[in-house]
Amino acid sequence: MKIVLIQLLLIVVVILTAVRLLRDRGARTQAVRRLGLMLFAAVAIWSILFPSVWNHFAKLVGVGRGTDMVLYALVVAFLSFTLTTYVRFREFETRYTKLARRLALDEAGPPQAVAGAVEEPAQAGTERKETPYAGS
Amino acid sequence: MTTQQPTYTFERAEQMGSRVHDTWVVIPLYNEESVISDVIAQVRTAFAQVVCVDDGSSDRSADLAAKAGARVVRHPLNLGQGAALQTGFDYALTDPSMQYVVTFDADGQHQIADALGMVERLRAGEADVVFGSRFLDERTKPSFAKNMVLRAAVGYTNMTTHTRLTDAHNGLRAIRRPVVEQLDITQNGMAHASELVAQIGALKSSYVEHPVHILYTDYSKAKGQSLWNSINILADLILR
Repeated sequence: MKIVLIQLLLIVVVILTAVRLLRDRGARTQAVRRLGLMLFAAVAIWSILFPSVWNHFAKLVGVGRGTDMVLYALVVAFLSFTLTTYVRFREFETRYTKLARRLALDEAGPPQAVAGAVEEPAQAGTERKETPYAGS
Repeated sequence: MTTQQPTYTFERAEQMGSRVHDTWVVIPLYNEESVISDVIAQVRTAFAQVVCVDDGSSDRSADLAAKAGARVVRHPLNLGQGAALQTGFDYALTDPSMQYVVTFDADGQHQIADALGMVERLRAGEADVVFGSRFLDERTKPSFAKNMVLRAAVGYTNMTTHTRLTDAHNGLRAIRRPVVEQLDITQNGMAHASELVAQIGALKSSYVEHPVHILYTDYSKAKGQSLWNSINILADLILR
């Protein structure tokens, strides 16, 4: 079997990606994801070395060619990636919103301190200028 | 709180019998320096307690709001109007004497008289929540396209929540404390209006609609949401 340059390149990229993702710290919930990732990497290398395996897959599920099969798999993978990224992004957004809100509320102080006095807001305004957020 | 004399409470509120110190007006604020001073001054003719949640404005909005007499809570970065509203709720809840929260837009399109009327209806025990609606009478004249989008939005909101409303994306609302305590807006962007309705529907709180007049000034039209944004709102709601 003759290894072409593109095959070498692809294998290196797949391994690097897998290693990079595996270093991601996390709890045991990530174990499944990691196993899946290793399986994916193995299949990727396998199919780089023997591109014809995709033809077998394709025939198995009734798709014409192996390249079509790869394309379909890619579309599904990309969609699920988009959705999981969206969900994770939302979680992240919720977290930093809570953090920012806590900061904002702590900085503003309790409402009782100022609500009653007419001249207080002006004072609050001048105090603000010393804080790093003023004018940002 | 009860010891504070409402020195800047004007005749209007007194005429209507508002005990203004049990009400907080929450104004989400983002880059409105040209109008915010006037808006707050107007609000304060009727409501003593105003909290502006400055959502990371890059102009002088926050300082002007503070000068105009509002309490200003500053988000360290821009989070979105929904996040600003929730921050305002959280702030108002730290005041133990707060009974009612009014949400009010910073661009001056709402009327103080409407807000007062809505709080009076809460005070009368008519409902837990009073939603402002621009479609209950003929005063408000949105453009044709805006009208269609707003009707579509309310149709979708009614379909997906346990509510029947005529105007879902109106920034003027009055809410009783027990409901405010249970609200948790997570849609930072503009989809928060529908989310808020959905949460109130899920809480099975009682609600009424109050006819309000939305003033479409050139300013608010220029600042207002582009109609394209309704597509973003829909996407946010579906993907939530």
